[in-house]
Amino acid sequence: MRDTTTAPLVQVDGLKMYFPIYSGILRRHTGDVKAVDGVSFSIQAGETLGLVGESGCGKSTVGRALLRLYEPTAGAVVIEGEDIAKLSPEALRRKRPTMQMVFQDPQASLNPRMTLADIISEPLVEHTDWNADRRLERVYELMDAVGLNRRFANRFPHEFSGGQRQRIGIARALALNPKFIVCDEPIAALDVSIQAQVVNLLEDLQEKLGLTYLFISHDLSMVRHIADRVAVMYLGRIAELSPRDALFSKPLHPYAEALLSAVNEPDPSLARRPRIILKGDVPSPARPPKGCNFSTRCPKAFARCHAEKPELQEVEPGRHVACFLYDAKPGSTGTTEAPANLRQEHNPQGEYQ
Amino acid sequence: MTETTTAIPKPDSAARAIWAQFRSHKGAVFGLVVLGILILAVLIGPYLWHPEKLTVVEAIKSKNKGPSLKFPLGTDQLGRDMLQRMIQAGKVSLAVGFVAMLIAIVFGTLIGVLAGYYRRLDGPLMRLTDMFLALPLIPLLLVIMMLFRDRTASILGPELGAFTLIVFAIGITSWMQAARIVRGEVLALKEREYVLAARSIGSASRRIITRHILPNVVSPVMVAATLGIAEAIITESVLSFLGLGFPPDFPTWGRLLYDGLSYMQVYPERVIWPGLAISLTVLSVNYIGDGLRDALDPRIRGR
Repeated sequence: MRDTTTAPLVQVDGLKMYFPIYSGILRRHTGDVKAVDGVSFSIQAGETLGLVGESGCGKSTVGRALLRLYEPTAGAVVIEGEDIAKLSPEALRRKRPTMQMVFQDPQASLNPRMTLADIISEPLVEHTDWNADRRLERVYELMDAVGLNRRFANRFPHEFSGGQRQRIGIARALALNPKFIVCDEPIAALDVSIQAQVVNLLEDLQEKLGLTYLFISHDLSMVRHIADRVAVMYLGRIAELSPRDALFSKPLHPYAEALLSAVNEPDPSLARRPRIILKGDVPSPARPPKGCNFSTRCPKAFARCHAEKPELQEVEPGRHVACFLYDAKPGSTGTTEAPANLRQEHNPQGEYQ
Repeated sequence: MTETTTAIPKPDSAARAIWAQFRSHKGAVFGLVVLGILILAVLIGPYLWHPEKLTVVEAIKSKNKGPSLKFPLGTDQLGRDMLQRMIQAGKVSLAVGFVAMLIAIVFGTLIGVLAGYYRRLDGPLMRLTDMFLALPLIPLLLVIMMLFRDRTASILGPELGAFTLIVFAIGITSWMQAARIVRGEVLALKEREYVLAARSIGSASRRIITRHILPNVVSPVMVAATLGIAEAIITESVLSFLGLGFPPDFPTWGRLLYDGLSYMQVYPERVIWPGLAISLTVLSVNYIGDGLRDALDPRIRGR
């Protein structure tokens, strides 16, 4: 953990993102898809927060709501002291340069009819009054920074490989000297050999430019490589938020435990660890279960899990878990000592790091 | 990365690249040449070809002639020179086709983009489109012509008045296809990540539409436009045929076609010439549209 006495760069408080469902002849509002249902976390300047979870758990929605590409239903997103969720359109526009995004699919995130120079200089056109020469100079600078040959400036996106396209996307995100970048699965669409290059590039840039990342991914090994802290999401809520090493060596939340047991271990001699296979499917985010969202599949669920929603709370220094197993409150049906035994049962990652 | 900073090529001119690709499309070049010849013919033709004025008696004597040196395309049932009439008709038909298509495309694209991009406008605008599609067009056109013909004629003169009214009437009743196509395309495009990226940069909607949406709907618009020209020329001839287009002595290709129809079995060339002219125009415009679409798409241009 970094110095926590300074105010965090990004402070998310009770973020909710509901997508309304309209049905029937009168198109009445009959329910909501609760893609993100009360998510809170903070990111210190210069830190990388990894956000992991399976498909459809709301990771990308959190990222997009954070930059207000979606209008959040409720909650506050404070970046550098300003609540993004409540800014007026003009103030939001002025705030945009401090926060940028790198997208998942480098093919889809670049306009096929614009040249590389046009794409990278688009933010400059939008937010500066520089002339064309000065913009081109900056474009060249950025291309150097992300390792693209300057000769490529007049080419179109389809002439590049996936890795190069993602570099273009990163260069565009860097154009306005942002402080905070949301990386929305930036490596998911890339070859494994290219993934490492892009992640290393992101790390180098972070070091050089002092960037802060929210790194959204379902690739646990990459998150382990790049993140300082990791948040595990399940069905629109954060299940566990812990420092990386602590999480990977000893996940506390049963879902985090199951998720991490699925990480492939390259060394066969270390690979003999129990895999936790969860039963059933993820419930629909339109009708999440009463009680804990994970209660329908949790191997350790007990009566209280089906009745109340657990809140994220600090159970060990720096480790936040939303689970009643770690709730010290009296009357939790006599399972106070359960966590200790259960935790010893599965130790998916081993202590080899 | 910067070992050869001195040798960075200056940005290629986009126009030059587009022209190079356009030229490599044989059909497009053929279309451009044919359309060019047609346009030149109707513009310069009247100065090069002025047949002598015939008296009524001479005209009656020389009616229904076949092709000859004096009348290269023959004469019609009133003894008028067909070549001269074809040239005059071409000017009007081409102008009607292009201007009506332009109106229809601009209007259709505008409606389509607004409906596709702004969810709130989608319902009203698309219902309006449906309404126009459901209207029986020919009766509507006839009513428009009947109601406004005299008024526009008194303001702009009989010929220009008729032209303006016809072009406007055709344009206003044929934008719906383009609007629907564009709307569908915009609905898909606005969910693309590069539009999202532009929004995360803070681009205004107007900028996103002009920079990201419009260039990417060029292909379907181009197709709709080329088909629109043909449709406009035909619609104009239908109107003229029904007696509500241009005045009867004012030739257009469609009108010549319908005039020749009753003599088709005896003098088939009277239908063939205007028919050929309309077909050539439509064909060449189609090819030009095809070539232009390819030339404007960098993915195809690179090949």
